[in-house]
Amino acid sequence: MNINLEVEVVEKESTAIVLLAGEIDAYTAPKLKEALLPFAEQKGILIEVNLEKVNYLDSTGLGVFISALKATKESGSELKLVHVQDRVKRLFEITGLDSIITIDTTVRGGK
Amino acid sequence: MNAFDFIEMKVPAKSEYVGVIRLSTSGIANRMGFTYEDIEDLKVAISEAMSNAATHAYDEREEGEITIGFGVYSDRLEVMVADHGGSFNLSKVKDGIGPYQQSESIESLREGGFGLFLIDALMDKVEIKSDHGVIVLMTKYLHTNENEVGLDDDQISTTQ
Repeated sequence: MNINLEVEVVEKESTAIVLLAGEIDAYTAPKLKEALLPFAEQKGILIEVNLEKVNYLDSTGLGVFISALKATKESGSELKLVHVQDRVKRLFEITGLDSIITIDTTVRGGK
Repeated sequence: MNAFDFIEMKVPAKSEYVGVIRLSTSGIANRMGFTYEDIEDLKVAISEAMSNAATHAYDEREEGEITIGFGVYSDRLEVMVADHGGSFNLSKVKDGIGPYQQSESIESLREGGFGLFLIDALMDKVEIKSDHGVIVLMTKYLHTNENEVGLDDDQISTTQ
């Protein structure tokens, strides 16, 4: 069980693929924010955050995605969450954030 | 009357310990027989309360402690998260606690955005006391075997 968060960014032309593994909480969220915001503030970029290996997320993580989303709206970029596990997606649904953040759940999570 | 085990943990009011308490919560809930989904709910709710407490302690003091109490009952898990670092005086906590209402203290708890909202959504019962520091008392019922339990308001009996 990994309670830390690993962040890996792969840049391809105008797409930034952010691969996350671990848990997003009050301790690890700043690290995610640091990685995400510089891309969100750039113009015309698609940021694809892969949450396939994220098995825990709480409001601190939601907060980071909200600020990233706001930044992309200002810069004309796009934020997309992909491969979100069911239990993680549930929090987006409870908070209603799934209606403002693009979430792709083609791969369903859970071990 | 109602026999229960009580587990108390104290950690520095720093965000790095949120994950540690989350693991402990998972272990306790697992041993009690909570379902996988309920354990996930508990983990989020307790982490939210911890994050709030860590933020509070950070704002007001250079260093503080968070005290977490687990009341393990046959039909439910009660979790208390307090940001004042002192040990829980169970009867005192119980006396001062009231139902969750919109008030000033809640405003400050909300600085984490969706934190308290999630606690409320994921737990069966949430109470907050804010006289000395902030104490969040959360309850989650075991829903195995359909043994839906009537809510008696005498949730915490002090047997110590």
